[in-house]
Amino acid sequence: MTELLTFYLFAAVAIVASALVVIRPKPMHSVLLLIVSFAALAGLYIGLDAPFAAVIQLVIYAGAIMVLFVFVVMLLNAHREDEKLGASLKGPLRAGVLLGAVLVAELVWALTRFGGGRGSLFARGAGEGPGEASVAELGRVLFTDYALAFEATSILIIVAMVGAVVLAKREL
Amino acid sequence: MIPLLVAQFGVLLLVFVALLTSAAVMVYAERKVAGAVQQRFGPYLVGPKGALQPIADVMKLLMKETLRPAGADKWLFILAPLISVTAAFTAFAVVPFGSRTTLFGLLDEPVTLQVADVNVAVLVVFAIASLSVYGIVLAGWSSNSKYSLLGALRSASQMISYELSYGLSLAAVIVLAGSLSLREIVEMQGGYWFGFIPKWFVFLQPLGFVIYMIAGVAETNRAPFDFPEAEQELVAGYHTEYSSMSFAMFFLAEYINIVTVAAVAASLFLGGWQMPFVPELVARWSPEAAGLLTPVWFLIKVGAICFFYIWMRWTLPRLRYDQLMTFGWKVLLPLSALNLLVTAAAVIYFA
Amino acid sequence: MVPLGHYLVVSGILFALGTAGVFLRRNVITVLLSIEIMLNAVNLSFIAFGRTLGTVDGQIIMFFVVTVAAAEAAVGLALVIALFRHRESLNPDLFTSLKW
Repeated sequence: MTELLTFYLFAAVAIVASALVVIRPKPMHSVLLLIVSFAALAGLYIGLDAPFAAVIQLVIYAGAIMVLFVFVVMLLNAHREDEKLGASLKGPLRAGVLLGAVLVAELVWALTRFGGGRGSLFARGAGEGPGEASVAELGRVLFTDYALAFEATSILIIVAMVGAVVLAKREL
Repeated sequence: MIPLLVAQFGVLLLVFVALLTSAAVMVYAERKVAGAVQQRFGPYLVGPKGALQPIADVMKLLMKETLRPAGADKWLFILAPLISVTAAFTAFAVVPFGSRTTLFGLLDEPVTLQVADVNVAVLVVFAIASLSVYGIVLAGWSSNSKYSLLGALRSASQMISYELSYGLSLAAVIVLAGSLSLREIVEMQGGYWFGFIPKWFVFLQPLGFVIYMIAGVAETNRAPFDFPEAEQELVAGYHTEYSSMSFAMFFLAEYINIVTVAAVAASLFLGGWQMPFVPELVARWSPEAAGLLTPVWFLIKVGAICFFYIWMRWTLPRLRYDQLMTFGWKVLLPLSALNLLVTAAAVIYFA
Repeated sequence: MVPLGHYLVVSGILFALGTAGVFLRRNVITVLLSIEIMLNAVNLSFIAFGRTLGTVDGQIIMFFVVTVAAAEAAVGLALVIALFRHRESLNPDLFTSLKW
């Protein structure tokens, strides 16, 4: 019972914050609301028995990537929105919102079609597997089964670092 | 008699009140130690030996007018000190400051002297350290002042640069301990080698301890890394436009951050609430008393580290900003990575 | 116990919100933020599925998604800075030199 309540609370916060990210005119407010959304998602991950994933989400997403966004907003002094949302887009805005609603309906329909032999998705709980995995187990799987992806990600990060430095330089 | 939930709530309240008191004590200690280092008396007029000085400071700050600059972003201006203070308090929630106790049989079950016993506690401390950058960044940005903005940018880049060495020194301790839970790490540091040297991690990881202390000083914006604050003396800092209660909240956050960094250092490296020989003597007399005395040992260690921080502030000169960044990236980061490698190799070799 | 469907519905709604943000906002930084919302929606469904199937693979894939998102945000923001230096504006409608 409490589990369902905490799920609804965190899910509502995440959805409302993400909606406000898209709606608010000032970019700085959008960044902060996105941080709130990430925190709510971290709460959802804890409910899914993934505390390590929740903390990683907070450390990397909310603590590093969003700081990057805040830095860029501050450096570019982007506190004035160029145009208000939908100022020149009245017709496309309405069509866009309508299509967005259609997309939500489609996604919900497609995702909840999955059933097969395991019964309807809304009947079976999401936590009927074994208990939460320890960090040691995560590390073991990461470094044995997914070792290639791990090494490729490290190369990706180096490439991104070099690329970001080169792109943001004043003169090459 | 008293149910466990009430006892846990009591622990929560105790931690909150203790943190507020520790901030006041830190303010007083800072000024007294500063006076001692500079060969003068510190505050001595208000109360016996000036002990009521923090109360006078708080009352002065409360009576000042709260200003807000005209072009400041209203919500963010109010939110920034709140984020700083909240992050400072929250990080202390996972620090164990004592072993289990039943208060001489008053409670039904033993209560662990820790607000939240999470099993990824070290990462939670690190996550909150990353989130405390936002208080400073938003304070500088929402003040709508060039100097605040630059001070905030410099402070934020200093904090995220030193977070890397902070995290790597934490990772070395985790490799050594094999667990992320602060309570397990503290309990693992019981016992002795050769009968008299306590099994604290500082003896296994001296370089890691030094790196952690330096990174902790940089994280909390204390001297010799307090360039963003000292700009206040030179130009301006991120909390220039703040007055009275908001200013007080930033300073409260800073002192509580120092206490938290000291508490985590004591738990990870200095054995937390364990003490070499005294608890065994006390336990022979009364095991309950030994359990209740563990916060005292913890306080002694935290107090020693905080004293060391204050001492460092008034002794060392301030680093220039580019010297600060060079040190963080070119010296501390390779050293902490090397420390992690050597620790991991030693753990695999010797176990 | 919270059913899997609930998590997938939340993930779907978040994904749609992110898509709407990408298409409707006229500020490059907010477009990048909407992309991050979409990636988070996907993360949520990965972890939900991983939990349902009882493996740790969901969390592992989530780590990789987070890492790739970090790299992509870094490079994307560097691009934004380079673009801003060129045109002094963050409106993607102004960068139309290649339009025919």
